[in-house]
Amino acid sequence: MARRRMIQAINEALAEEMARDPRVILFGEDVEISVMGDTRGLRATFGPDRVRNTPICETVMTGMAVGAAAAGWRPICHMMYGNFLYTGMDAIANQAAKLRYMTGGQIKVPVVYMGVFGAGRSSAAQHSDAMHPMFMNLGGIKVVLPASPADAKGLLKSAIRDDNPVIFLQAAGRGGEAGDVPEEEYTIPLGVAEVKRPGKDVTLVAIGAMLRPAMRAADALAGEGIEAEVIDPRTLMPLDEATIVASVQRTGRLVVVDEARDACSAASHIAAVVTEAAWGALKAAPKRVTVPDVAIPYSPPLEKSLLPDPERIAAAVRATLGR
Amino acid sequence: MRTPSETNLSAEDLLGLYRRMLLIRRIEERLGEDFKRGDLPGPVHLYIGEEAVATGVCAHLTDADWIASTHRGHGHFLAKGGDPKLLVAEVYGRAGGVCRGMGGSMHVADFSKGILGANGIVGGGIGLAVGAALAAQLDRKGAVSAAFFGDGAANQGVLMEALNVSALWKLPLLLICENNGFSEFSPTGTVTVGAIADRAKPFGVPAAAVDGNDVIAVWQATNAAVRRARAGEGPSLIECRTYRLRGHVESEGSFIQERYRADEEVAAWIARDPIARLASYMDEHALAPASAREAIEAEIATIVAEAVAYATDSPYPAPDQARQFMFA
Ligand SMILES: Cc1ncc(C[n+]2csc(CCOP(=O)(O)OP(=O)(O)O)c2C)c(N)n1
Ligand SMILES: [Mg+2]
Repeated sequence: MARRRMIQAINEALAEEMARDPRVILFGEDVEISVMGDTRGLRATFGPDRVRNTPICETVMTGMAVGAAAAGWRPICHMMYGNFLYTGMDAIANQAAKLRYMTGGQIKVPVVYMGVFGAGRSSAAQHSDAMHPMFMNLGGIKVVLPASPADAKGLLKSAIRDDNPVIFLQAAGRGGEAGDVPEEEYTIPLGVAEVKRPGKDVTLVAIGAMLRPAMRAADALAGEGIEAEVIDPRTLMPLDEATIVASVQRTGRLVVVDEARDACSAASHIAAVVTEAAWGALKAAPKRVTVPDVAIPYSPPLEKSLLPDPERIAAAVRATLGR
Repeated sequence: MRTPSETNLSAEDLLGLYRRMLLIRRIEERLGEDFKRGDLPGPVHLYIGEEAVATGVCAHLTDADWIASTHRGHGHFLAKGGDPKLLVAEVYGRAGGVCRGMGGSMHVADFSKGILGANGIVGGGIGLAVGAALAAQLDRKGAVSAAFFGDGAANQGVLMEALNVSALWKLPLLLICENNGFSEFSPTGTVTVGAIADRAKPFGVPAAAVDGNDVIAVWQATNAAVRRARAGEGPSLIECRTYRLRGHVESEGSFIQERYRADEEVAAWIARDPIARLASYMDEHALAPASAREAIEAEIATIVAEAVAYATDSPYPAPDQARQFMFA
């Protein structure tokens, strides 16, 4: 194992996959110097054909990725901040997500759109959204949100090898969390959740960066004699419903933590899926710990007040236990 | 129109262009009738009157080159070598369609022929064509990519982004604007300022404005643009002034009460019909006997009949197909 920050793990995944497959190309704004640090060094290693700064042009950039994929390349389109996916949304929603379907399966569209997402850095309302739910609803796009450096590396390698469009949302600006990363070659399949901590009393599903506060909450709850089973879905589309539902069948309780706004959040979807599939096993109503339906404010105490934290998560767990 | 000695086109070439334009015309006339009869399930935007543009451009392209098309895409599909049978069956919504009935008129595509597809999003094909041009540049095999788009689409911001990045990277891209005088029901001048060809100027992209009802003029302008692209010198823009002789969409009579153009205007453009013009040009210069055109007409009648028979014989897709093809 090697100690890596998340952004380094992502950088390794990009470098390894570009070395492995000469059809992988990467473009985006300032990817050569690397604003986030994740594409650092790639231009020097892989040259100007395969690593290119684009102008600021999300509308054409996202479509260009689809066209290049249809013509046989495997583009990684770096969006910098997830919020800029909105500027490039037409080609993602109307072309990437649908081209294979509406042409009767004639082609594959191996594109990765990657970007930094989520709040917590005083970046304010236009740089802090958690936009994964809207991509889950598009249908033809896989949605990946890693929570640890090791998962980020293994999931990104799978995303690049996947023959479908993938949105890869990283909860890390410059750096992110540190963690142990295997030194040998590995990938993590898309669509497979991981039980990050076993427990028998309640299923605690934590999405993306919410894993860390969820694990802290689980630690605190253990001190009160409550054993939470913490599950990281890792991929929201496809969603590993089986692992989550099987856990709730055992625990009878569900809390989902999501940094998306509440309405139509991934948490809402997971709660609905579990309610339908495990109604008979549920001992309490599922609970969602999400961001209220407001934009993300700038000032630190305001921002902090909206985001799920270990205290809110623990309180939601206790509520499902009637405590 | 230029004299034969001013063009590089032989009589055989001209008959080839004539044949392609007539194929598009006759297939679409038939689709128009089929729509009226209620045989087509969805909207169809016919290209009738604009055939010279797709034909003059695609005459320079092979299966290794790419095109991205528009909602008015049957002509591009056929001009680029798409199979009429597969086209008609697709518009009929049948399993035997080129997209197995998943896309219909606005999404006909055949990637094996370099056709990235018609597009239901106005301006949506431009980004795809830029990407295919990037792919062609990286492949270094001399392929080019052409984006067809309307005068209405020229007002989408993506055109400016495409001009900038393709000029910056010297992408082998052809931006082919089909200025047919309307953006849906709005005359171009009511929604568009300036000349569309001029929009290339600030980017240093060569632009030409040509008579889009003159297939030879389109062919010649494209010839220069394709050479430039294949030589690695970058993109060009060609604005083709043309006119759609049919409605914006075949169903428009059912939801548009007002007339939005004068009969005299339509008549003036019928007089400039690109197919009839090429025929009289060939007559004028004694390039091909009328009998050659008659033979083409007969051949195409058979193709149309066979395409419709193929389509109507093809079953509808099984309902479970609706759940396929979302992911590879
Ligand atoms: C993004 C988008 N906006 C609006 C429409 C509705 N629409 C369909 S065709 C059309 C007019 C397009 O005009 P033009 O580009 O000149 O093409 P033409 O129909 O004249 O061939 C419009 C507004 C659409 N399909 N996509
Ligand atoms: Mg128009």
